[in-house]
Amino acid sequence: MDPGAERTQSNGHTKVAARDVNVYYGEKHALKTVDLDIRINEVTALIGPSGCGKSTFLRCINRMNDLIDGAKVTGSIVLDRQDIYDRNLDVVQLRARVGMVFQKPNPFPKSIFDNVAYGPRIHGLANTAGEIEEIVVTSLKRAGLFEEVKDRLEEPGTGLSGGQQQRLCIARAIAVSPEVILMDEPCSALDPIATAKVEELIDELRENFTIVIVTHSMQQAARVSQRTAFFHLGELIEVGDTESIFTNPSHKLTQGYITGRFG
Amino acid sequence: MPFITLLATLLALSAILYQLGKGRALRLSGGRPGVLHSLPTYYGSYVALWCALPAFLLVAVWIIIEPMALQALVLNSLPETVRQLPLARLSLITNEMRQLAASGDYRFASSPEARAAAEHYRDLHQIGFAAMAVLVLTAGIFGGRFALGRIRPALRARNRVEQAILFFLFVSSTLAIFTTIGIVLSLLFESLRFFSMVPVSDFLFGLSWSPQMAMRTDQVGSSGAFGAVPLFAGTLLISLIAMVVAVPTGLLSAIYMAEYANPRFRAVAKPLIEVLAGIPTVVYGFFAVVTVAPFLRDLGNQLHFSVSSESALATGIVMGVMIIPFISSLSDDVICDVPDALRHGAYGLGATRSETIRQVVLPAALPGIVGGILLAVSRAIGETMIVVMAAGLSAHLTANPFASVTTVTVQVVTLLVGDQEFDSPKTLSAFALGLVLFVVTLALNVVALKVVRKYRERYE
Repeated sequence: MDPGAERTQSNGHTKVAARDVNVYYGEKHALKTVDLDIRINEVTALIGPSGCGKSTFLRCINRMNDLIDGAKVTGSIVLDRQDIYDRNLDVVQLRARVGMVFQKPNPFPKSIFDNVAYGPRIHGLANTAGEIEEIVVTSLKRAGLFEEVKDRLEEPGTGLSGGQQQRLCIARAIAVSPEVILMDEPCSALDPIATAKVEELIDELRENFTIVIVTHSMQQAARVSQRTAFFHLGELIEVGDTESIFTNPSHKLTQGYITGRFG
Repeated sequence: MPFITLLATLLALSAILYQLGKGRALRLSGGRPGVLHSLPTYYGSYVALWCALPAFLLVAVWIIIEPMALQALVLNSLPETVRQLPLARLSLITNEMRQLAASGDYRFASSPEARAAAEHYRDLHQIGFAAMAVLVLTAGIFGGRFALGRIRPALRARNRVEQAILFFLFVSSTLAIFTTIGIVLSLLFESLRFFSMVPVSDFLFGLSWSPQMAMRTDQVGSSGAFGAVPLFAGTLLISLIAMVVAVPTGLLSAIYMAEYANPRFRAVAKPLIEVLAGIPTVVYGFFAVVTVAPFLRDLGNQLHFSVSSESALATGIVMGVMIIPFISSLSDDVICDVPDALRHGAYGLGATRSETIRQVVLPAALPGIVGGILLAVSRAIGETMIVVMAAGLSAHLTANPFASVTTVTVQVVTLLVGDQEFDSPKTLSAFALGLVLFVVTLALNVVALKVVRKYRERYE
């Protein structure tokens, strides 16, 4: 039994509700009528073979698809009773509430300190240098990176190792105090030790954040998530408690994928 | 047989030997290609190279030695009185001789002796050429036969041919290096001659530039002053004005093109900006003289202050316009090279577009942009045609952009245009100026390339 299960504060309350979501990249119908609820203070894993639409769905939640030419999203995604595709919604504020960690660590070419301070600065979350420093230190601590970098906060973030860079990116994301953190295969560029650290971190972050993670590793989904959604060819095939998805999938496709028969 | 026929014959000979070599290799393999060490074409090339290389080498040697040898022979046949003449007269005579011989028309010979000498020269030249042609063709044939005889299945023809090719590549690349060294040396030696007449410190730190030298001893007022500071100052002033025009315009246009412009606008605007780079600098020059300078002068008159019609401002502005595409297209490339991952990282944190550009994209692109600007500065400093046409000639030491200043390049041009005596400091000072210019632009280029390279290492 996952030791984190006791700590789960989830009461099944829905944080993000997606209804009838379709995504088109030009002519390509990348995501087909997806309905999915993301529960608060849980880790939801999105799994499925390459090109199944799981990353596309993830990027819908903070409207990163807006940046792709020719991408069109229909349907509704509601974050705490607010439709994020509402015309009046400011996408900048949305992304402050829904942070993102990318597949490849992408620290800015700035110092470690400035990388973490970037979000709080642009959103005016702190008024004094002392407050900024406090946010930076807290975020680095929560990302489990502080001890390793406390003596070289002024060195460039690009000089860290891959795993440290990814934890720096996580610290950068949580410094803005988002409600939801999206992670797009955050460990795919990391070695097993760094992966283990990041997974441990994800489990701790669950206490304060709602996390959605896309992963190609089924072991990872099983290790870190409470709920798992399986996508195939742009459709959401099955969603449920991680344990039941992996032990007792109700759909033949899900079973085939998790037992490694395709994908 | 003219020279070109000889070369064509040699090439044809190599081609024939290539086929022979290839055929021989094929015969030796007896239809089993695996027996040969290399592909049959390599055996062909091997033979052809053995034919062509020694032959062409002989031709090259002949081209270098022949004029010297001929001249010595002909001069020796001339009467003793002629040979005693001073060197300058002697070279005049040999020149006449050579021209008569080349034209084949002896009617204009200055004397019967000259005519005789020219005919002698011509005969020698023809005999020499015939001998050389025979020698070269023999060398080609023997080289080819030798190589044909060496063809065995075990012969490593590919390795040999590739070695020869490697040698050609090496020679080509060193050629450029040696040219550079040659240019530097020629500048250096003339400059040293200048510095033996004018002290380096006077040249580098002197405040007065007036290179007119007295031609006669009784002439007054033209003692020559070679303080180059006013020229450096003028060059810097004009370059500075050019950069003030070009850097903001080029950089902002690059940011717009790379980050905001839609693809349709970009497809039209980018080539149009780059057209600016294709305009000959002479055209910029008369744009400055005919349009910009009079406009600024009239504007100054209306505002009641005096603007020289050769003002540094007009020249600098036009030079800046010339440099805009340089900066904009270099910066545009650099900005586009910033990985999208960084942009997405910033957007993902809720940064707006302008925050992303100002705080993430531009800092990431900065080293490349700085490198581009440094390259542009070195272009501005070395730019000649615009300043020759639009800037002044007299050297004033001033920082006033409305006054007329002169630049290093302008002075080099005026010092060397027309008939010059190459032993006066006036003419030689041009080389010293050229050397300074060369050193400065070289340093700027080296720094710029270093900066750009440092940037490249970060993202690849």
